[in-house]
Amino acid sequence: MIAAFRIPGAGRLRQAETASFSFDGHSYAGVEGDTLASALLANGVHLIGRSFKYHRPRGFLSAGAEEPNALVEIKRDSARKTPNVRATVQELYDGLAAQSQNRWPSLSFDVSALGDIASPLLSAGFYYKTFMWPKSAWKNFYEPKIRAAAGLGVAPDQADPDHYSARFAHCDVLVLGGGAAGIAAALAAAETGVRVILVDEQAEFGGSLHFESGAKIDRQDGFAWAQSAVAKLKTMDNVRVLSRTTAFGYYAQNFVGLVERVSDHLQNPGRDLPRERLWQVRAKRVVLATGAIERHMVFADNDRPGIMLASAARTYLNHYGVTVGRNVGVYTANDSAYAAAIDLKKAGVGVAAIVDLRDNPTGPVIEEARALGIEVNFGRAVIRAGGKLRVSSMTVQPKNGGGERTIPVDAILMSAGWTPSVHLFSQSRGKVAFNDETKRFVPGAYAQDCVSVGACNGTDGLSATIDEAYAAGAKAAKDVGANAKGNKPKVDASENWSRGMLGAAPGAGADTTVKAFVDFQNDVTAKDIRQAVHEGMRSIEHVKRFTTNGMATDQGKTSNMHGLAIAAETLGKPIPQVGLTTFRAPYTPVTFGSIVGHARGPLFDPTRKTAIHPWAERQGAVFEDVGQWKRAWYFPKAGEDMHAAVDRECVTVRKTAGLFDASTLGKIEVVGPDAAKFMELLYTNPWEKLEPGRCRYGIMLREDGFIYDDGVVGRLAPDRFHVTTTTGGAPRVMNHMEDYLQTEFPHLNVWLTSITEQWAVIAVQGPKSRDIIAPLVEGIDMSDEALPHMSVREGRICGVPTRLFRMSFTGERGFEVNVPADYGQAVWEALWAEGQKHGACAYGTEAMHVLRAEKGYIIVGQDTDGTVTPNDAGLDWAVGKKKTDFVGIRGMVRPDLVANGRKQLVGLKTKDPKVVLEEGAQIVGDSKQAIPMTMIGHVTSSYWSENCGRSIALALVAGGRDRMGETLYVPMPNATIEVEVTGMVFFDEKGERLNG
Amino acid sequence: MAKAAAKKSAAAAPSVERRPALAGQELSATGVTLAVLPPAERISLRAPDASVAALSKALGVTLPQKPKTSAAKAGRTALWLGPDEWLVIDEVGKVPLADCAEVTVLHSAVVISHRNVAISVTGPAAAATINSGCPQDLSLDAFPVGAASRTILGKVEIVLLRTASDAFRVECWRSFSDYVFTFLSEAARDAAA
Amino acid sequence: MLLIRCPYCEEERPELEFRNAGEAHIARSANMAGESDDDFEKFFFIRSNPKGIIYERWRHMHGCARFFNAVRDTVSDRFLLTYKAGEPKPAKLPGASK
Repeated sequence: MIAAFRIPGAGRLRQAETASFSFDGHSYAGVEGDTLASALLANGVHLIGRSFKYHRPRGFLSAGAEEPNALVEIKRDSARKTPNVRATVQELYDGLAAQSQNRWPSLSFDVSALGDIASPLLSAGFYYKTFMWPKSAWKNFYEPKIRAAAGLGVAPDQADPDHYSARFAHCDVLVLGGGAAGIAAALAAAETGVRVILVDEQAEFGGSLHFESGAKIDRQDGFAWAQSAVAKLKTMDNVRVLSRTTAFGYYAQNFVGLVERVSDHLQNPGRDLPRERLWQVRAKRVVLATGAIERHMVFADNDRPGIMLASAARTYLNHYGVTVGRNVGVYTANDSAYAAAIDLKKAGVGVAAIVDLRDNPTGPVIEEARALGIEVNFGRAVIRAGGKLRVSSMTVQPKNGGGERTIPVDAILMSAGWTPSVHLFSQSRGKVAFNDETKRFVPGAYAQDCVSVGACNGTDGLSATIDEAYAAGAKAAKDVGANAKGNKPKVDASENWSRGMLGAAPGAGADTTVKAFVDFQNDVTAKDIRQAVHEGMRSIEHVKRFTTNGMATDQGKTSNMHGLAIAAETLGKPIPQVGLTTFRAPYTPVTFGSIVGHARGPLFDPTRKTAIHPWAERQGAVFEDVGQWKRAWYFPKAGEDMHAAVDRECVTVRKTAGLFDASTLGKIEVVGPDAAKFMELLYTNPWEKLEPGRCRYGIMLREDGFIYDDGVVGRLAPDRFHVTTTTGGAPRVMNHMEDYLQTEFPHLNVWLTSITEQWAVIAVQGPKSRDIIAPLVEGIDMSDEALPHMSVREGRICGVPTRLFRMSFTGERGFEVNVPADYGQAVWEALWAEGQKHGACAYGTEAMHVLRAEKGYIIVGQDTDGTVTPNDAGLDWAVGKKKTDFVGIRGMVRPDLVANGRKQLVGLKTKDPKVVLEEGAQIVGDSKQAIPMTMIGHVTSSYWSENCGRSIALALVAGGRDRMGETLYVPMPNATIEVEVTGMVFFDEKGERLNG
Repeated sequence: MAKAAAKKSAAAAPSVERRPALAGQELSATGVTLAVLPPAERISLRAPDASVAALSKALGVTLPQKPKTSAAKAGRTALWLGPDEWLVIDEVGKVPLADCAEVTVLHSAVVISHRNVAISVTGPAAAATINSGCPQDLSLDAFPVGAASRTILGKVEIVLLRTASDAFRVECWRSFSDYVFTFLSEAARDAAA
Repeated sequence: MLLIRCPYCEEERPELEFRNAGEAHIARSANMAGESDDDFEKFFFIRSNPKGIIYERWRHMHGCARFFNAVRDTVSDRFLLTYKAGEPKPAKLPGASK
């Protein structure tokens, strides 16, 4: 059955192919190819939503992306709820379920519409004025109430189950807009063989050819020509054609963001189909063919459902085969509305009257309208619309005053003229220029390699448009080195329109109670704009923010020019002097999903795992995040909590031995004849005399003299160092070293290579460590004489090449076994098997932290914070006293850095050995002082040490080394903790266990 | 130079198993196939212009000196990564580090065989798959067969080599390989579009 | 996303491959340890931060990994020129806005 307002035979849809859908729970039938808007209109439904502020009933204003009113929620399932979908853009599919927004309890009876009556309170700038007193009421009462009452759709409350894809693309010529101009430009460029991308936001190409029944190109109907031209472009290898794709942002150097809506129009999208696809296109040339948007007439109650743009009514008729009423009125200041009246009349729809604000317009459309018997009134205005949930009449008056006449209508078609869509041009940082004759802002000075063609360039008429666009496409191709050889489309017939008007028509009145809407989405009236000026707003940017004109999801596509004209008129200034607000991306709303793209779940951020990770996982290790790395934190046995596991691990390491995965440590191979010279410059320590085969603990400073990184460095050969860095510091240390090497010390013959991931590193620490390793090692003498503490040898372990370091971060005899990463797990397993014979354990990062703290070994970034010098950290011994240069040599002797009273790293022991301090806790000297207390330092590291049988802590304390034995206080919320300042070594102070 | 790190592998074969990251993983989608490639020998080679000839001779492949290019011979590929930097990949089990060890001219050769994992991306949608996260122009004009470059894929660094008009080799660091393979797998689902 | 011409790769490459590295042509003293407090302050802390033409360092981090110098207009965000590290400040700039 054909819907009541669908005209048999009209439009381009196959009316037999039906789809059922629902709106607010009512079921309707639509036709394949419909938008939600056209399908509802076919069923006579105009009431689609409530307005933002006044909750006024609203209908469809447009048939496209500029729609300010018809925002609905589309619900596929509980997780797939999309708010603020423009019904004029959403394509219908069988089973589509839509709901109206911003109304309660129902669309036709909305309690908050009282806001319409109370509207004097809600006029321009109401946010800033009405609700200011008492102050606390704003936060507790007004704001929550206003937020609840106003607003658009409701955000979904579940994770988005859809996926979104992304693509970088490059082309020679990017054509934005697929109307007649865009297609002509694309054809011209494509025929030369250059890479072309043609983009249009609609499902089908053609732009205004959707409704321009008078256009004929290459002896075809305009829309049919568009389809055949696009079909031809699609067959070309050098052309990519993207429909349902919005160019939402135009960025520097012809970088344009596109969102392609891949599956929102499908009933059952395949699981592999993304919902949307983000295209980030870099184009050598851009052709802007973004068209123009029709403006509404500003008169009292011009927002009643059934009042819409004339071109929208034409689109619904000529493309979708739907009439928007049975007895329509037309109110215009522009010829294009006549064409709508003519098309409707010819389709058998009653046209009550055309009301034209112009005094004596002439032209073929006017003659044709008269010839069809349509009543045409010149010099008259519609001063108000009747009806509430649907327009029921228009009241007409001569524009300079006089008798009123009310004409019953069920729809009003409006046209105040056309606004060139300069949004993307403006985003490209181009400067618009005001054409005083045509009252339009058109592209002026260009900032990028782009060109505007057709309606968006202020070019009128189809022939001129195609000439301009084709030439621009050919020139763009020529600019990138290709010559045109194609055939320009020939325009056989076209429609021509004159200009129209800007601002409030007489119907908008000076009467302050009248609501003549300028911006439908934000409920901004002509009165609001005038009021803003009267209250002192002079700049259009201020008027915009005071009234909210041009804000929200439609970004003022229909309202900007009217608002500007009314402000200019009220200010008594010409329009260009008032200026235009800035157009910003996005052109239409963009989903977060499309911006996020693949970067969610496992692809949100890389998760780095060591070669030994699978073993640790099997052992039930608990992992912690260290930067992007997953590191084994502790290895709980059955029944153990973290505390018990860490205590056991710490004790086992000192009693027998432990294995620790140190693979994440940064590693850099420094190679070249000047390697030692380079190391001298980058580290505080001396390196020239370090023997090959020996290691040294190195400290790296920034030029400001503060500690930047540290690590053990082994000299493998006179010209080769194996440098280790902190886990987190690896990339920046490499960058820091490269920076100095490339830009400050380029004379040095030395090169740096990151080998972090070449080597898996297994630390074996504890008195039994040598016994565990030795049976597996070949070619290395493991005796203390041949391999003393702080030495390195190359050889083999388990038949695999190794760099074997004798070093310790626990204070015990210790080794770090480096093996090629792919062998890491197998060598670990072999060492583990040996370790089991001795009762060794695997230990994680927490035990590592405790063990090193027991020895007073610092962790850069935990015990230092970027303001700590080597002296502050008690590491003066690691600074080469005879050196004449290294990075930081000057910075670290700046006056403030050598002054007395600096914070120094010391140990702290709580008076109650069972109390473990909190890391970051502040320290004071006198617990009785008045609040706010003078803080003299803070705790940097704090642990329970099972080996010491008490808690231990490191802290940065002002003048700390002069306070040994002093009692200080750590005030906490529940108690003040007494602590004693001590040295930093809590265990084996003499260091005998390194060879134990 | 660099003898310390370049002992010829005369010693016993490993007694433990090599477990390469993602070994053998593959994925097929419309228009594109991903495969984790077998281990290869690799060095990061650094040298001034004056050393290029001698190193080329020792390696048996002419080190390219033009940006974004590579050269290949007998299973060994040298990729230009920077004005004094090459990634040398040997896929036939020969050890480039050993070849460089005999060279006396100024250079740095560092073994990174295990640092990198290689993934092949092949098929008509290969370039589109990579362009899902790589901002470079991968058209044949801009990135012809043999082109090589360090670049970005999503949130990580890769080295990209075009081995045929519809085939690429993506190299990344070992711990990023899971991310890269997952990223390419996601991208492959949509690459035929 | 900007396109930046890398003087080593000899082509424009996407900004994602690059990293800014602060102002250029600030020479580190050959006698660093002997610098006065004032000179060190100028060297380490003081930056010109101009509105308009800035000389700055960039690194083609995820490309050839070279540091290089660039001349950029901070008003238009346009790169006027890039050149290799160690090369002198260019005497003439193409298309400078001021």
